[in-house]
Amino acid sequence: MSEGPNVLKMLIVDDSNIIRRRIERSQQIDRLEVVGAAANGVEAVELFRRTGADVVTMDLTMPEMDGIECVTELVRIRPDVLILVISALADKATAVEAIERGANGFLCKPFTDRQLNGALEELLAGR
Amino acid sequence: MFRETELRIFIDGALRVFETLTNQAATVGSPYLVTDGKPGTYDFAGVIDITGIRKGLVYFTAPRGMLTVLLMRMQETDTSEENMRDLVGEVANTISGNARRDLGKGFVISVPNVLANASEGVGLPHARCFVIPINWRTHAAKLVVCLQ
Repeated sequence: MSEGPNVLKMLIVDDSNIIRRRIERSQQIDRLEVVGAAANGVEAVELFRRTGADVVTMDLTMPEMDGIECVTELVRIRPDVLILVISALADKATAVEAIERGANGFLCKPFTDRQLNGALEELLAGR
Repeated sequence: MFRETELRIFIDGALRVFETLTNQAATVGSPYLVTDGKPGTYDFAGVIDITGIRKGLVYFTAPRGMLTVLLMRMQETDTSEENMRDLVGEVANTISGNARRDLGKGFVISVPNVLANASEGVGLPHARCFVIPINWRTHAAKLVVCLQ
């Protein structure tokens, strides 16, 4: 995808390689360009600083630094970042906590391609 | 204390994972309690330690052939052993994480610990172990739930 004023840079954070690859392969939003992928929160913060990503998909259960902690850190660095949490943790309390920490949306695993793209569209519509 | 009726949570979770990831439904056999010996493993096992309001573990174990076809159904072209390990851990993580919809945030799950070619099996806690047989296409797998 060519860079342009409307293109948003996306970072994918998940400790599963196949999920990272699946999100990259399945996302069909023209305005999004994947600029990096991280396997834990520590890597994510480093990549976020380096790439200046506008949009982040964030797993929660990860080694090193978990997703909730990472959301907090990314929002501290850049308050207007858009974060879609994609997690298997399906309880309402976890979704509420993620939103309170600064995430903008929540998609529960397992997800279909349609659900992923719908959640990303909704995320961008709120920008 | 873990109740047998709560097995439904894990059965539903397993069926949802297969249906959503592959667009092909799986079926489950009758769950059974392991009373003698160990539940056993196939080629790969993704183990989730459970702490908080429940203690024990949940693991998903599957043979290489099933994981290869699962990856292909997910449009994944890399069917390496590394990705099979990744997948078996992700399935275990997803089923366990989804259980929090019913069991709540106090059902705390670890990141997956993956065993490959684990002939010695999984180290089991002092808890009753239920086996949920899973059939998908021509393949068989197991979800094992050992919770106090």
